[in-house]
Amino acid sequence: MVIADMNPVPHEAARNACHLCAPLGAGMAFAGVANTLPYLHGGQGCATYIRRYTISHFREPVDIASSSFGENATVFGGKGNLFKGLNNVIKQYHPAMIGVASTCLAETIGEDVAAQIKEFYLQSDGWCPELIFAPTPSYVGSHYDGFHRAVFATVTALARAGEKKQNINILPNMISPADIRYLREMCSDFSLEATILPDYSETLDGGSWAEYHRIPEGGTLLYDIRRMGQSAATIEFNNFLEPEVSAGNYLAKTFGVTNHRIGIPVGVAAVDEFMKLLEQYSRISIPAKYIKERGRLLDSYVDGHKYVFGKRALVFGDVDFAVSIAAFLAEIGMIPIICTAGKERNLPELIKPHMQKALEFHIFEGTDFVAMGEIADKLKPDIIIGSGKGYPLARRLQVPLIRLNFPIHDRLGGTRLRCLGYGGTQELFDRVVNGLLEKQQDDSSIGHAYL
Amino acid sequence: MIDILKDRQNQVFEGRKDQKFEMSCDKISAAGSVSQRACVFCGSRVVLYPIADAVHLVHGPVGCAAYTWDIRGALSSGPELHRLSFSTDLKEKDVVFGGEKKLYKVLTELIDTYHPKAAFVYGTCIVGVIGDDMDAVCRTVSREKGIDVIPVHSEGFKGTKKNGYQAACTALSNIIGTGDISGIPEASLNIMGDFNVAGETWQIKSYYKRMGVNVVASITGDGRVDEIRRAHGARLNVVQCSGSMMTLAQSMKEKYNIPFIRVSYFGIEDMSKALYEVAERLGDAAMLERTKSLVQEEVAAIMPEIRYYRTKLEGARALVYTGGAFKVFSLVRSLRTLGMKTVVAGSQTGDKEDYQQLRDLCDEDTVLLDDTNPMELAKYIQEKDVDLLIGGVKERPIAYKLGVGFCDHNHERKICLAGYSGMLNFSREVYSSVCSPVWSLMPRRRKFTGGI
Repeated sequence: MVIADMNPVPHEAARNACHLCAPLGAGMAFAGVANTLPYLHGGQGCATYIRRYTISHFREPVDIASSSFGENATVFGGKGNLFKGLNNVIKQYHPAMIGVASTCLAETIGEDVAAQIKEFYLQSDGWCPELIFAPTPSYVGSHYDGFHRAVFATVTALARAGEKKQNINILPNMISPADIRYLREMCSDFSLEATILPDYSETLDGGSWAEYHRIPEGGTLLYDIRRMGQSAATIEFNNFLEPEVSAGNYLAKTFGVTNHRIGIPVGVAAVDEFMKLLEQYSRISIPAKYIKERGRLLDSYVDGHKYVFGKRALVFGDVDFAVSIAAFLAEIGMIPIICTAGKERNLPELIKPHMQKALEFHIFEGTDFVAMGEIADKLKPDIIIGSGKGYPLARRLQVPLIRLNFPIHDRLGGTRLRCLGYGGTQELFDRVVNGLLEKQQDDSSIGHAYL
Repeated sequence: MIDILKDRQNQVFEGRKDQKFEMSCDKISAAGSVSQRACVFCGSRVVLYPIADAVHLVHGPVGCAAYTWDIRGALSSGPELHRLSFSTDLKEKDVVFGGEKKLYKVLTELIDTYHPKAAFVYGTCIVGVIGDDMDAVCRTVSREKGIDVIPVHSEGFKGTKKNGYQAACTALSNIIGTGDISGIPEASLNIMGDFNVAGETWQIKSYYKRMGVNVVASITGDGRVDEIRRAHGARLNVVQCSGSMMTLAQSMKEKYNIPFIRVSYFGIEDMSKALYEVAERLGDAAMLERTKSLVQEEVAAIMPEIRYYRTKLEGARALVYTGGAFKVFSLVRSLRTLGMKTVVAGSQTGDKEDYQQLRDLCDEDTVLLDDTNPMELAKYIQEKDVDLLIGGVKERPIAYKLGVGFCDHNHERKICLAGYSGMLNFSREVYSSVCSPVWSLMPRRRKFTGGI
């Protein structure tokens, strides 16, 4: 049953916004390419604010360079700053690639960044790193768009045709480093060579250092990105990205690489679909390890089904995350209240196939945290799932917050939270059930130690 | 080996005898240097942020507001409007056709919903480019709603964080002088440049109360619009964080003939000096006596524990990097109280005079940095064998990755570090990081782990 939802009080302002600006997403995606430094063409503040926001989540060094526009650059153009900035980055960081993303300032004054980068490349004597440009003015879309635009720009600039190979590409969306590591493990267990782009599982979640690294180790190799056009298939963990900025679509159109767009594989049904693809392209059947993981997950669904049935969960974030989690919630008998940060084309229609199992669901688009508060006051969720920024709302409503996604600024280990695959779903399921149990226990005057 | 960029060589003093000391500060960060500094907007936003009964609206695309949502540890004893993040969330069509209409609507809506005492409207980069007449919109809304609606010209590219401080001071000047100042006693002051992070302004106010000094306005920690309106009735401006507030103190001296003193509330020496100076300026012999006994009591209460930490920390080496330079002076002195040595010191916004003073205060071979970056910080952590970094969240992972302790002295922290009890908290903070046994497990660390 779909409830015809009353939208929250319409408002002009963004009040405690749930979305961030596009350059942040671009920076995060570029940080997942090996030996790459993200670079923002615009004012100094953008890079610094985005670094601070990202560092608070990953608790790792996140270096993002900036063109540091002053008034001169704003009035007369930022080419000089870009050239100087790129030269300084090359000297200081020795990168194999610089991922340049634009800011609202550069785009508004009409910088032709692509042309400037080309000119820089041509005038540089001798070696020059790969220079990739993603247009990401912050008045268009959100961090979600910036992330995908950076992936798209990297693939379109680097992927080349060639002899077809057995490997696959995986474009995993904004998932946690732990999820990326598990993804890699799955591919390896299927003996499947996979290029995962981006892969910040080490660059943004690494170990202690014996000496300072200019750029943290890890990331998708440029060598592998160049060969993405030769893969047998691409699997994209997104359902809602506009096709014109989907790197999977580009690889399909340009090199004939079959593209599979599935959501983030969370929940048994979605993970089954993903496993089938791994079986198909590896030509081996699902390893026993995963059959057992799946078995344990199903068993726990049975153990926990009554605790979750009919409970309302407000899930918020970018659309792919929110809808993928909502499909899992529907699968276990919960009622998702989906609050997406952005506005998509025709979302209520697009979402229907994902919500077939739902007893009931609600969807709101373009919500900020004040709007979410109004929604929550009407629909009374029992639990909230999303980033740490949901904390003020959860605190006011006195319901558990299951922290997942980005950012988590108020807990350690945001990088280690999982939801992907049978293993990640298990972790999430346990946290949701236990969140509800803890609430029940806390609210009880008796406080049973058996539940 | 990490080299210093050519563009930055005049902003790094390595403490070598053969090197001429001349800091080239006060300029826009070198492109590509990965500065730790933000922008003009940041400067304005941090200064005005703690005013708790005003709406703070960021006019621009969403990022600038999103990244500053509830960012400071600045507490309020009443309303908490400052902890909300409001943005006009400009989209492509607004950029093309102008954002004035949207600004008008958003302002009207926010004022009707939240009934603030005033509204501050911060201009961001593209507002400066698309040419929205923010002043006109603010005037209109102010007239219609009957509250002060104050434009803050903080377009990110128009200088450095310091220019943002000045824009904030200009905005504050618009309110000061509009309140009734009758009944303000002689012994009265304004606390300027304390932001009530973790309740620090309350701590300072309690000292002044014990001395018999009346606080007219706190600008801006736990700030209220109506208090700030009366600030011109005070007899003295006591300025901490002088980088951000000097413009305002100077303009109040010219306009209202209110003298100012520069102080710091961090560390035993500077805290005591501040209280004595205030007593000398505002009080009589009795107040001076009260101040003396206050200082004696407070110092006596914290010293035994501090002496213990000193035995554990003696000889440890620190790198100090903060926003304003004045705080660095206090930290160098506080670290000395703990037996520690500052081997690297720097700030985002220090001026030539500040750096000269820092040079005089520090050891001969202390490295001094203006507007530094991660590579330089890493370089000197390694070369100077640092045990502790004092800075903000952006500096933290550089220290941690290299197995070095960290103390947050930035505005996000949740621990009160001002005053005497603040000095005790600071000592605990330093001790609990430098003497943690975890360092002995880290690949880069060998020493200073046996303290517990």
